Amino acid sequence: MEQIIQLGPEILQRTYEHIYLTFLAMAMAIMIALPLGIFLSRSASSSLVAIVLGITGIIQTVPSLALIAFIVVLFAMLSLPTVGVVPALVALVLYALLPILRNTYTGIRQIDPELKEVATGLGMQPSQVLFQVELPLAVPVIMAGIRISTVWTIGIATLCGLIGAGGLGDLIIKGLRSIRPDYLLAGTIPAALLAVFCEVALSMVEKWVKPKRGTA
Amino acid sequence: MILFEDVAKTYDNAEYAVRNLSFEVEEGEVVVLLGTSGSGKTTTMKMVNRLIEPSTGRISIGGRDIMAGDPVELRLGIGYAIQQVGLFPHMTIGENIEIVPNLLGWDKERKQTRTREMLALVKLDPDDFINRYPGQLSGGQQQRVGVARALAGDPQIILMDEPFGALDPLTRDELQKEFRNLQERLRKTVIFVTHDIFEAFELGDRVAILDEGRMVQIGTPHELVHEPASEFVARFVGSVREKISLFQ
Repeated sequence: MEQIIQLGPEILQRTYEHIYLTFLAMAMAIMIALPLGIFLSRSASSSLVAIVLGITGIIQTVPSLALIAFIVVLFAMLSLPTVGVVPALVALVLYALLPILRNTYTGIRQIDPELKEVATGLGMQPSQVLFQVELPLAVPVIMAGIRISTVWTIGIATLCGLIGAGGLGDLIIKGLRSIRPDYLLAGTIPAALLAVFCEVALSMVEKWVKPKRGTA
Repeated sequence: MILFEDVAKTYDNAEYAVRNLSFEVEEGEVVVLLGTSGSGKTTTMKMVNRLIEPSTGRISIGGRDIMAGDPVELRLGIGYAIQQVGLFPHMTIGENIEIVPNLLGWDKERKQTRTREMLALVKLDPDDFINRYPGQLSGGQQQRVGVARALAGDPQIILMDEPFGALDPLTRDELQKEFRNLQERLRKTVIFVTHDIFEAFELGDRVAILDEGRMVQIGTPHELVHEPASEFVARFVGSVREKISLFQ
């Protein structure tokens, strides 16, 4: 225990890097997946929807370590930096896309089409239908996607220590290489706590953004 | 004031949803479109606010071709009420009623006054209902709110798609009577869609019977009963006579 406490400053630094990496990856994933999901929900072509969801689904099935390795290879071929935050972010963002994309799409699609038609019939512009009716009704489902993605990203971000992106994975890898339980615990405990904390906090946000309907 | 001139709607498979539609709805008149499902009555109604656009022919309101302007502007001048699902579950009753006044950009005070006025008009206590959610209301109360919402922007024309369809017979009867009373005071131009012939005869100044995309006859209930234009109309109207005779 004392040894772990001695690692305090490093734990703080690595936790900060971990949160930074997760937050940045999630922000980018949301910026890509949310508009894409809205676009897909409006697409008349079901094959386009199947293709896009299929591709993100395939990315998701690739084991995370393999995905990171693949990106390193790809970046090497393209003469891009193969270590550090950039390749790590690319891997994390790709991995985080699917739950947000799928939930945005289904969250909007599950809304009764008659409700959207009424909104149009009352005189709303398409953008008003989106922001006043569709998104408020879909937001709990979208938030659930963001929560799932965030928790996964925290987990996968530990692997990014392997390519020099920092984070709590760095401590874990050090611990594994030198068989140092103190390093191992210094990496794993904060990572686990961080994941649990985000899960709980985002669940609360989910309840909070859920449209109020009162109780019958 | 609403004029259909040889209007038809076809879909990609070249089948007619409706065809040869020519009729007029006068100012302050209630015309009920009556027919079975698939007869084209809802399609006909939705062409008035361009939720569905006609393939051929011309629809005009007060002499102006509805296809000429902006559909959103057109819709803001037309009240719209439909069956049950019509209220937005994430908005309070007040917010639901204020949708059109909001879109029209009314100021806050005018909106609030109007919302309370509308609730009182459909016999719901404003203080009690304004902050509740649709899920907390009975079917009949929700339908009243639906009517209040359709009237909120003070449109001259109102489209109603089976607004009382999902209600129990007693509530429906009550709302139909109130609809008549309201209409006597407000004199809106109403197109009302129903498959219920009793409702059609009760509410319509004139009733149009649709069958397989064609309007087979339009006339007052009296005309339909005494001068049916075809065997189909005679049978349709005859079914009422049969049912009534059960009670005599």
